[in-house]
Amino acid sequence: MPVYRHTIGTTSYRFNGLCDLLAKASPARSGDQLAGIAALDAAERVAAQMVLADLPLTTFLNETVVPYASDDVTRLIIDTHQPAALAPVAHLTVGDFRNWLLGDTADAAALAALAPGLTPEMAAAVSKLMRIQDLILVGHKCRVVTAFRNTIGLAGRMATRLQPNHPTDDPTGVAASILDGLLYGSGDAVIGINPASDSTAAVITLLRMLDDIIQSYRIPTQSCVLAHVTTQLEAINQGAPVDLVFQSIAGTQAANAGFGVTLDLLREARDAALSLKRGTLGDNVMYFETGQGSALSANAHYGVDQQTLEARAYAVARHFKPLLVNTVVGFIGPEYLYNGKQIIRAGLEDHCCGKLLGLPMGCDVCYTNHAEADQDDMDVLLTLLGAAGCNYIMGIPGSDDIMLNYQTTSFHDALYVRQVLGLRPAPEFEAWLHHLGIFDGNNRVAVTSALPEPFVRTLAQLT
Amino acid sequence: MTNPLVPHQPVVANHWETLRRFTAARIALGRAGGSLPTAPHLAFQLAHAQARDAVQLPLDQAGVASDLQTRGYQTVRLHSAAPDRATYLQRPDLGRRLAEPSRETLAALAAHAAAPPELAFVIGDGLSARAIHENAVAFLDQIAPRLLAAGWHLGPVSLVAQARVAIGDEIGQVLGAAIVVILIGERPGLSSPDSLGAYLTYGPRIGVTDAQRNCISNIRAAGLSHEAAAHKLAYLLDEARRRKLSGVLLKDEAGTRLPLSAD
Repeated sequence: MPVYRHTIGTTSYRFNGLCDLLAKASPARSGDQLAGIAALDAAERVAAQMVLADLPLTTFLNETVVPYASDDVTRLIIDTHQPAALAPVAHLTVGDFRNWLLGDTADAAALAALAPGLTPEMAAAVSKLMRIQDLILVGHKCRVVTAFRNTIGLAGRMATRLQPNHPTDDPTGVAASILDGLLYGSGDAVIGINPASDSTAAVITLLRMLDDIIQSYRIPTQSCVLAHVTTQLEAINQGAPVDLVFQSIAGTQAANAGFGVTLDLLREARDAALSLKRGTLGDNVMYFETGQGSALSANAHYGVDQQTLEARAYAVARHFKPLLVNTVVGFIGPEYLYNGKQIIRAGLEDHCCGKLLGLPMGCDVCYTNHAEADQDDMDVLLTLLGAAGCNYIMGIPGSDDIMLNYQTTSFHDALYVRQVLGLRPAPEFEAWLHHLGIFDGNNRVAVTSALPEPFVRTLAQLT
Repeated sequence: MTNPLVPHQPVVANHWETLRRFTAARIALGRAGGSLPTAPHLAFQLAHAQARDAVQLPLDQAGVASDLQTRGYQTVRLHSAAPDRATYLQRPDLGRRLAEPSRETLAALAAHAAAPPELAFVIGDGLSARAIHENAVAFLDQIAPRLLAAGWHLGPVSLVAQARVAIGDEIGQVLGAAIVVILIGERPGLSSPDSLGAYLTYGPRIGVTDAQRNCISNIRAAGLSHEAAAHKLAYLLDEARRRKLSGVLLKDEAGTRLPLSAD
């Protein structure tokens, strides 16, 4: 294990190997402190960042943070790495890589070409040297476009996942939230339900209902029921209409085992979804969720800091060409991200690193009631993610998820950020909103006392 | 068409309020421009404020202990290894272990007991002391008479500040209890700042995993009633004693499940 040393004035710092260096260089967060791997003080953190800045990027190809022999995520990273794609920056240090990313050479085309040459550890390392504005600027320059029944991630657009959760999966209760969301222009990324029950029958009931809604209103979007991947596979086997297959993933094999998944299982799920050929514009059929701290929570972190492990989860995600990936940044709780400041930075790190690695990144701008965070913090993160070109956010009635018991962005929040930053929905969905008169020509909500015709009938049926 | 004689209403109401009877979700909130109108905005702020206050509220150990003692329970006041709320929130490991002085107090108590108890109750603040203040003693009033009638030998009631669920394992181990039940404040939801959880462990000892526990969740006025929760817990306790186990194997038959909320 290489030892890295740095002297500032009369103080000598010593970092034992790459894991120690990366962890000590990480901006402060409670999860790394809980793991006992964080910098001991602020000066040690900057000393580590200075050492990291001088490290050649190629170091990460020669030294792994989790052993190759015992971890299939490491093997995936090393075995699928494309040296030719890295060539334009292969001679740089991490510090000069930051300079390169901020420069005009690094435009959308150059960054897209670079992505297969980057390892998650390279992306994580350079992000540790970045301020918030760097994370926004670099994220903004990346362009990752995906498609299923509409097109997500185009410049100047921000999509939303309509998340109509209900504590008992009551179909009418779910439908009520979907109707509310559609009438506020939400749902272009996906209409995606977190089911309370993981039973295949309950999941199929919800899948059929979503399919009916999408077909009868002719909505250019896709559905997903976020059960365990094995439950979704069983639903496909039983003939259910599955658009996207969802799974939570993490950055080590052991943490993925904690989620009950393997790379082979994800491959099988993707093949099954592709076989249904339900996409009309593209074949991005996977939806992944991640979040800093999941590996530590599963006791599968190998002494690696939570932000580097999060970037490694993106290496898993990109292998399966997803339509959507989002970091559920504030869901895990204050023992991993303590307050608004930590959640905000983590959300922007995740967006930037995910985009650098070629992923269609969204963010669940969220918090729990035991975190030191509130709606003001979420407004800051939402606005910064809008500036950073985040592909999509969540949309939920009044920010209150009554099934998962946490707070995320509301339908109204999406309208706010689109209005302030001039962002638009996915083009096919935008045309649908105009056609039904939900949005006017300026993309403002046009629904007043008179509901669009198809919704009048639905409301009459429901009530 | 704006009628100049009717003052402009700044809020556009939604005409699907009737759907609220199908869900507790915050639907049909209306809009001011595209934004949240003042009334639903403040309603949300209040719900969050109540949840935050529940997280920060200190456990009234003296008050709860006094209530317990007037009912004749032997009571011991303990503290976890987390010295304050901020540390507690960031270091769940410390909330799972007793502070050294508390461990000594408890060990001394155990040494003077005639015999180790079959069952020890622990009351811990968890993430909502309000849940304890509003539910813990009332819930014990429901469950204890049933247990005493069924011949259970109960140990002292431990009252613990800055506690996580697993601290019950260490307490049960020190007392030599066959079974420990910890009543603990759950993570407050936006409309449930007062929710109590009850966790049962057979053979408590440091290092027991969540898979070896059973949980009854959402015990509160607007949720599972004290009486219904007592009924469930009494059933689980009888089964745990009879079969000498707790957790997944017991869970399947009893129809209860572990929530994500409190660990």
